[in-house]
Amino acid sequence: MKRLMLITAMTLLFVGNGSNQNRIQAESNRSFADVIRPIQAKMAKIYGAGGIRGLEAYQSGFFISDQGHLLTSWSYVLDSDVVSVTTADGKRWEATLLGADPRLEIAVLKLPTETPDFFDLSQATTLRPGNRVLAFSNLYSIASGNEPNSVLHGVVAAVSKLQASKGTFQTPYAGQAYILDAMTNNAGATGGALTDRQGTLAGILGKELQNSQNSTWLNYAIPIQEVQLAVEDIMAGRMRPRSLANETKLPEQPVTLASLGLILIPDVLSRTPPFVDRIQPNSAADKADLQTDDLILYVDGRIVQSRKELIRELATIDILDPVRLTVMRQQQLIEVTLQVESE
Amino acid sequence: MTVLLPSKFCLPMFVLCLGWLVANVGQSQTVPAAVSQAEQQRIAAIRKASAPTICIFPPNGSDGGGSGVVISADGYAVTNFHVVKPCGNHMRCGMNDGRLYDAVLVGLDPTGDVALIKLLGREDFPTAEMVDSDDVQVGDWCFAVGNPFLLAYDFQPTITYGIVSGTHRYQEPAGTILEYTDCIQTDAAINPGNSGGPLFNADGQLIGINGRGSFEKRGRVNVGVGYAISINQVKHFLGYLRSGRIVDHATLGATVGTDEDGRTVVTNILDSSDAYRRGLRYGDELVYFGNRNITSANDFKNVLGIYPKGWRVPLSFRRDGKRTDTFVRLAGVHSAEEIILLTQGPGEPEIPIRPNRSPNPDPNQPPDEQPPSDDTPESNPHKTESPDAKSDQAMPAEVAALFAERRGYANYYFNELETQRIWSAFLDSCQVQADATVWNFHGQLRSGGTFQASLKPDQATLLWKESTETLDLTHNLDNQLVPEGTGGLLPTFHLWQRMLKEGPKLYGSVYYLGQAPIPQQDGLFDVLIGIYDIFETRFYFSPQTGQLVLIETSPDPETDPCEIYLSDYRQNATGQLFPMQMEVRFGDQTVDALNVETFTSAEAEQP
Repeated sequence: MKRLMLITAMTLLFVGNGSNQNRIQAESNRSFADVIRPIQAKMAKIYGAGGIRGLEAYQSGFFISDQGHLLTSWSYVLDSDVVSVTTADGKRWEATLLGADPRLEIAVLKLPTETPDFFDLSQATTLRPGNRVLAFSNLYSIASGNEPNSVLHGVVAAVSKLQASKGTFQTPYAGQAYILDAMTNNAGATGGALTDRQGTLAGILGKELQNSQNSTWLNYAIPIQEVQLAVEDIMAGRMRPRSLANETKLPEQPVTLASLGLILIPDVLSRTPPFVDRIQPNSAADKADLQTDDLILYVDGRIVQSRKELIRELATIDILDPVRLTVMRQQQLIEVTLQVESE
Repeated sequence: MTVLLPSKFCLPMFVLCLGWLVANVGQSQTVPAAVSQAEQQRIAAIRKASAPTICIFPPNGSDGGGSGVVISADGYAVTNFHVVKPCGNHMRCGMNDGRLYDAVLVGLDPTGDVALIKLLGREDFPTAEMVDSDDVQVGDWCFAVGNPFLLAYDFQPTITYGIVSGTHRYQEPAGTILEYTDCIQTDAAINPGNSGGPLFNADGQLIGINGRGSFEKRGRVNVGVGYAISINQVKHFLGYLRSGRIVDHATLGATVGTDEDGRTVVTNILDSSDAYRRGLRYGDELVYFGNRNITSANDFKNVLGIYPKGWRVPLSFRRDGKRTDTFVRLAGVHSAEEIILLTQGPGEPEIPIRPNRSPNPDPNQPPDEQPPSDDTPESNPHKTESPDAKSDQAMPAEVAALFAERRGYANYYFNELETQRIWSAFLDSCQVQADATVWNFHGQLRSGGTFQASLKPDQATLLWKESTETLDLTHNLDNQLVPEGTGGLLPTFHLWQRMLKEGPKLYGSVYYLGQAPIPQQDGLFDVLIGIYDIFETRFYFSPQTGQLVLIETSPDPETDPCEIYLSDYRQNATGQLFPMQMEVRFGDQTVDALNVETFTSAEAEQP
């Protein structure tokens, strides 16, 4: 019986070895053309704010559902009244920002169209150092209209946390990242797709990050597994402001900016970002150590993208309840809880 | 972990298995056969590609240089315009045989950033194999060979491997006339010094000429985006470049844009353009141009950029659902004077004082997005050379023998060489008797009726559909475009005969244009342009047979020429070959076809 098992094991080993050889043979010199072609249909070109001071007004993204959901990077490009998306067939669409997670630097957009070609996030793969990868993006906005995105190839050099050397890279992202040996993270490449050599999705291309100590540029992608839950939350509306839901019941006495002791910069734009201008001494905001120039990103885990949205969102909270805020302070995300004291 | 000891019965089997496992582990440390095979293929491709690659240096050891690739055994090599520009008319080229060869400038395409040079000293140079770059696909392996950062002191080129990141890319002229259209984008590292060098596919076949990268804020080193001029575009221009001229790119005389329905439509058109004469109007939808379907304005710009000025290419457009298929003559992007000014600077005498072009401020360096390496590696911040730096170095005699300065030409020597080659081949093929200056030929017209032509040095007459036309050769011919409706068949006959009698040296002003296509015929044809009286006449010769196959004559570039397509050459009684079939076209019409029954030639009677 044991002998039989051994022979079986040997046979299996042998067969496994043989098929491995074939795979190597098939892939060693093969063009990636057949892998790349179907992926191009899943990619999108995104145009929004920017265009000044070296800030490019474009970035990349890819579809993650057949209902027009588009995963991309959370950046200034999306900070625009109109975010325009060009699909692979060259059609232009106006996109809605469903939500974002600034801690992961991702955002989900939605197009008013069906998108039969998409990446299924649940099928995403994980990579190890040494794995060969393909990076799809519209870097430098080289492609326009129906022209396919650019594709670069490379190898995963390391899997590491960007924060390992704190302060070297200015990013709020604290999770694992695929460090790549290819020049993937160029202007406009952020939000692009990283796949393995078979074209299976593995990550989303990060931003242009320059090492503050030696000025070199980092090429990295965020593993899909790191962002998957947040994406699901955004798509399910769990991160949407309560105030945007139709049947939200408003409290009789809600929280206001004044009751928190928060003075924001004046509302001069159609979507003024909620930056803190001043803090009333001894207020709830003061006790929570909020500071001038803090940017308020979340109220109770729900993203607020403008001063108006913040005020509306506060209006859904009873003045007796605590208010949990997430703010960005010099590229660091800070969570604080404010409690209005009853008189 | 606990290891279960095998029973005595199983021990031999276990040892055997262990032995096999050890052997197998040993085996897996050796490289699998498939990988070795792939490695050998790659080595072979790189070896094949390295041999014709050249490292280009200015002759006087000054700053500058780049790469190039030899495409013919007699030493013609392609590089970038911006690589040869600092070199002047003479450069030195290192090859991986360790030898340094002198080379001379042949032709320039400043708009396309291409230059043709010729290496001296061998007739058996290794050559790169050019393939159809339209077959290149995104994701194909490719590699660049060249001289990045001018590292190749021993002339062994550097190899950088990558994949094709994009095809048919259009890159705006970044504030200059340098325009990269229909180019190949690669992530193989393209750095300063790679300029002008070859991009090969995985089999070591030539698919492009590297010349530019996207750099922007990161300084002038590779950031994963390099561009190569497609070798198909280079092939279109090769004949033109061999003419020794400064050649120009093309314009349709119309601009196109995208309308709200996503159609590519004409947004502006010059009524002096050939496209206008062929019926193209504002608002028409372009559907096909050159060699491909048009789906966007970028498609159109890409196709336009791969053709030289003066080519006739297919154009299809749609209006009110009706499609029109035609051929359109492409005009130059620049005026003749403009491109010379941009390349050679102003105020050069027709007859050279010295065999070096005077340098001029470089108008072709984009301010922010520069092509890698006209100048040099990062170590050379100063690019400006003293004007006399180039002429300090005298041309070696063997190079000087292949150089002739003339305004408007990169090297007039090669224009004379090609003109002579074509003319000799033509004379050989047709047994032309230059002293036989009286021609008589007659026959049937396809439309019915007969024709009879009598061409003498002082008189030309044509009996055509029962009326007789006569040219007054003592007066200008421009208002004698007879017979009516032909665009000037009789003057064209006369100019044809004059060319045969006088030859290119005495005809008037004759130069070699390069190679150009003829509608609905395969291949490219050698074109001599003759200017006489007020007529510009294009003589198209078959490179295979040497025969004259098409004559086009026009008194004005803004009018349609009279075209005579010559075929079915046969010998007459005196042994001269003469075309028995002549099809006459004018504008969009085939006017008629002449079926020649007899042809006689004789010496003119001495008065």
